[in-house]
Amino acid sequence: MNPSIEARDLTRHFGAFTALDHLNLKVEGTKCVGFLGPNGAGKTTTLKMFTDLIFPSAGEAFINGISVQKDRRSALSSCGALIETPEIYGSLTPREALELIGSLRGMERADVRRRTDDVLGEVKMTEWADKKVGKFSKGMKQRINIASTLLSDPDVVMLDEPSTGLDPRGMAEVRAIIRELKGQGRLIFFSSHILSEVIDVCDEVVLINKGKLLFYDTLDNVNARLTQGGTSVDVEFLGPVSDDDAKSRLSSIPGVLSWSRLDPRRLSLMVQGGPEVRSQVLESVASLHLGLVGFHESRSALEDVYLREISTGDS
Amino acid sequence: MSAAATSGRARSSGKTDGSLGTTPPTWMQAILMSRYQFRDYLRSRRFLLMVGIVAAICIIFISLVAHYRPAVVIGSGSAFYSMAWVGGAEILIIFSAIIFGGDAIAGEFQNKTGYYLMGLPIKRWSVYAGKYLAAFAASLVIILVYFVVLLFAGAYFVGGGAITAGVFESLAMVALYLSAVLGTTFLFSSLFKTSMYGVIIVAIMFLFGFALVEGLVEALVGVTPWFIITWAESAISYPITGLPSHAGLADRSIVLLPTYAQGIAVMLGYFFGTTLAGLALFDREEFT
Repeated sequence: MNPSIEARDLTRHFGAFTALDHLNLKVEGTKCVGFLGPNGAGKTTTLKMFTDLIFPSAGEAFINGISVQKDRRSALSSCGALIETPEIYGSLTPREALELIGSLRGMERADVRRRTDDVLGEVKMTEWADKKVGKFSKGMKQRINIASTLLSDPDVVMLDEPSTGLDPRGMAEVRAIIRELKGQGRLIFFSSHILSEVIDVCDEVVLINKGKLLFYDTLDNVNARLTQGGTSVDVEFLGPVSDDDAKSRLSSIPGVLSWSRLDPRRLSLMVQGGPEVRSQVLESVASLHLGLVGFHESRSALEDVYLREISTGDS
Repeated sequence: MSAAATSGRARSSGKTDGSLGTTPPTWMQAILMSRYQFRDYLRSRRFLLMVGIVAAICIIFISLVAHYRPAVVIGSGSAFYSMAWVGGAEILIIFSAIIFGGDAIAGEFQNKTGYYLMGLPIKRWSVYAGKYLAAFAASLVIILVYFVVLLFAGAYFVGGGAITAGVFESLAMVALYLSAVLGTTFLFSSLFKTSMYGVIIVAIMFLFGFALVEGLVEALVGVTPWFIITWAESAISYPITGLPSHAGLADRSIVLLPTYAQGIAVMLGYFFGTTLAGLALFDREEFT
């Protein structure tokens, strides 16, 4: 069966405030989907309703076609979820904490032992397996939480801002874990407000703001839609570059579709083609002797779409 | 990252869906939950604190009795066990309830340990029942330690013949009263999402709140406070002292002491009533 999650008219009010407004979304298949939105957009609220931590004001959440609200035990049996940053009973060791999860999920002892070793290795906590969790740093606890999420080898993995609170190395390691999980036939649905994280690991992206779904599409489509197949490149010069120079000398370089001015010393070029074309454009710009000091890819298409959609929603 | 660790998503027997394992029955999850929670209690500082309290009570009591040898205490087995055992057990029950139960449910919210469990395929009542059983077991361990020490002390001071079946029956009554007190404690704990509030309310109610209400109901309203849990407490000592002659009888319309049956009924009523109410509250509480 193809793993899936689905929100049908999922709505949640907190008094007069609507945290989630009739969310309709179906994500299906083995892939990694980023759940993007600014703080307060409704990401965690959505995930909490998918895991029955809070209850919808209206609508239902489904995991693999089973309603979480009607049959949480069945719905959550094939789902591993990490919501916020849970605390583990401080006197337990990671091995014991994972045994608790495994036994509550009904895993056989041999499976629990094998998977405990596996997942502790995945999150690089093997050497801490028999130390008490209470003395761990936040980052170490979060790794154990991730290990707990993966222990039963679930089809659906939901992660709520899993790298929050981690240092840069910890964040990179979490991304590496998610990338590794992608290749293992699961549906990974993780919320984040860090665009680079989503770009780095996701195939598709869901964007919400103020409790409303703004779009759900593949990253490739988002890129193609915004850039029409091109790549935006920022070019920086030592001194000001005139419009005439830009128009006559830069626009004529093969591969450059258009240009726009960022400031007197910086221009943005829309380049058609892959890395080879960008390399040729770089060499051509350098050969113009305009005092080139910088040449790098601009912010991503997703970032453009994100900012545009969020600001549209805010206005 | 270990390639071996992540490759293949190896499957095993018992798997019913995309993940390993078949979710066990709800009651089994409650037992499993209690096992790990009990382990957590045994390793906790609060358990050491309770052991310290038991040790202090035992040392002080035995030292005083050994030094002064008061006839009112060592004159008979009944006197010794009703004063030392029942009196001490009542104190330990209250302290156990405060220390093991006060923050049992509220702490799941405040400490975010609930987030670790509630995303699992588990009913909330399994978590509640598991924590209750663990708190009951941890409290009972403490009380049993006290019981065993006093059995030896009684045999030394009064003689082995003082250890009657009634002493063991009173242990069963203590366990019943403990279950009712913990049920009430868990209900109070379910009302809050902050551990401190749960602990404070439990401490206030059991240290003087219930006694105060009991006294006020008797004095001002002139009604038997049978609905107050502490009213039933006296029944714990009946297996040792025998049923007092005025138990169950009204004195100016107020029954001061319950009969055996009344005491047991109130304890059972509190256990079932508060447990069901606590479960209902926890089931509707949100992890916002």
